[in-house]
Amino acid sequence: MRRSMLFIPGNTPNLLMNGDVLGADSIILDLEDAVSPAEKDSARILVRNALKSLNYKGCEIIIRINPVDTDYWMHDLDEIIPLKPNMIMPPKVSCAQDVKTVSDYIAKLEEKCGFEKNTVKLIPLIETAMGIENAFQIAGADERVAAMFLGGEDLTADLRCKRTKEGTEIFYARTRMVCAARACGIDVYDTPFTDVEDIEGLYTDARFAKALGFSGKASISPRHVEGINEVFSPTQAEIDYAHEVMETIRIAKEQGKGVVSLRGKMIDAPIVARAQQVIEMERAMFGGVEDDD
Amino acid sequence: MNITKSAVAGTLESSDVYVKAEPCDKLEVEVESVVYNQFAEEIKKSIMEVVEDLGVTSGKITVNDKGAIDCVIKARVETAIKRAGGDK
Repeated sequence: MRRSMLFIPGNTPNLLMNGDVLGADSIILDLEDAVSPAEKDSARILVRNALKSLNYKGCEIIIRINPVDTDYWMHDLDEIIPLKPNMIMPPKVSCAQDVKTVSDYIAKLEEKCGFEKNTVKLIPLIETAMGIENAFQIAGADERVAAMFLGGEDLTADLRCKRTKEGTEIFYARTRMVCAARACGIDVYDTPFTDVEDIEGLYTDARFAKALGFSGKASISPRHVEGINEVFSPTQAEIDYAHEVMETIRIAKEQGKGVVSLRGKMIDAPIVARAQQVIEMERAMFGGVEDDD
Repeated sequence: MNITKSAVAGTLESSDVYVKAEPCDKLEVEVESVVYNQFAEEIKKSIMEVVEDLGVTSGKITVNDKGAIDCVIKARVETAIKRAGGDK
């Protein structure tokens, strides 16, 4: 389950040490924008040591490396891949070839480390106009791609427009990303809400992203994690309905019925799929739920 | 690795450590720490592990610790030594 992804600067020990107690499902240890060029070496070594020594229990580890047009990204991967992070986030991905370039290099390192192929997944960060236009090709570029993430700040700079709280300027990008990701069967994550103090605004933005189809949302502040988790979790009513759907299906199968309805509405394949997703989320959130199958 | 020039790594912020590596005829380690009385020996041990791993036989390593955990101390010492050895 990945609802919230929290950015943690890669060269800040007191934040790195506490990454797993801030409530986020995933933490993104950042070697890119949060680290000045003069400190890239320092952050890389610090993050590598943190992964080696700290437990980060119950937290997915994502490393944002530097872009493929810099001299840093291969050094980042050299240090990080042997520690087997869950995912690598290459930034400023603009085309399928960017993904292939990173994936091929990871494959070499995985082989060297004796890891199974595609152990480390990719979550490309799409934050250029070209990247948005190529979103479908990027999503399907490589087996390693498990999710995509929209970066609204760099994107609006590239689009030469102002980034607003309402997000009208990134509406097209958001819907295109969701459509591309879903077409390729992968998850998709929304850009952070950057006003750390505006919690109501965060809820509004997160609810809108969820309504568009995003799987979750990133955050640059621990203060936003709780709200994101809340918005992207199923409600009790949704959980109850999902169990009702699965129970109705079970009874119908026992009775040999082909077509069934619940509360006057026919239960078709998309409703069952949605119910299964909700129950999977419930299991991930609370664990120990009885199997409905 | 030889320490051929002076270099620093880390910060003086809480939970971090500031490390200076500089050329010296012999191997010297100097530690100042907010938790010196409790952890001086552990800190020196961590520093020496990195020094030995990197094959440094001479140089002066000065450490000003602000309560960093072991993996942070080792990271900052490694960075300072590599910078002092010409790596970046």
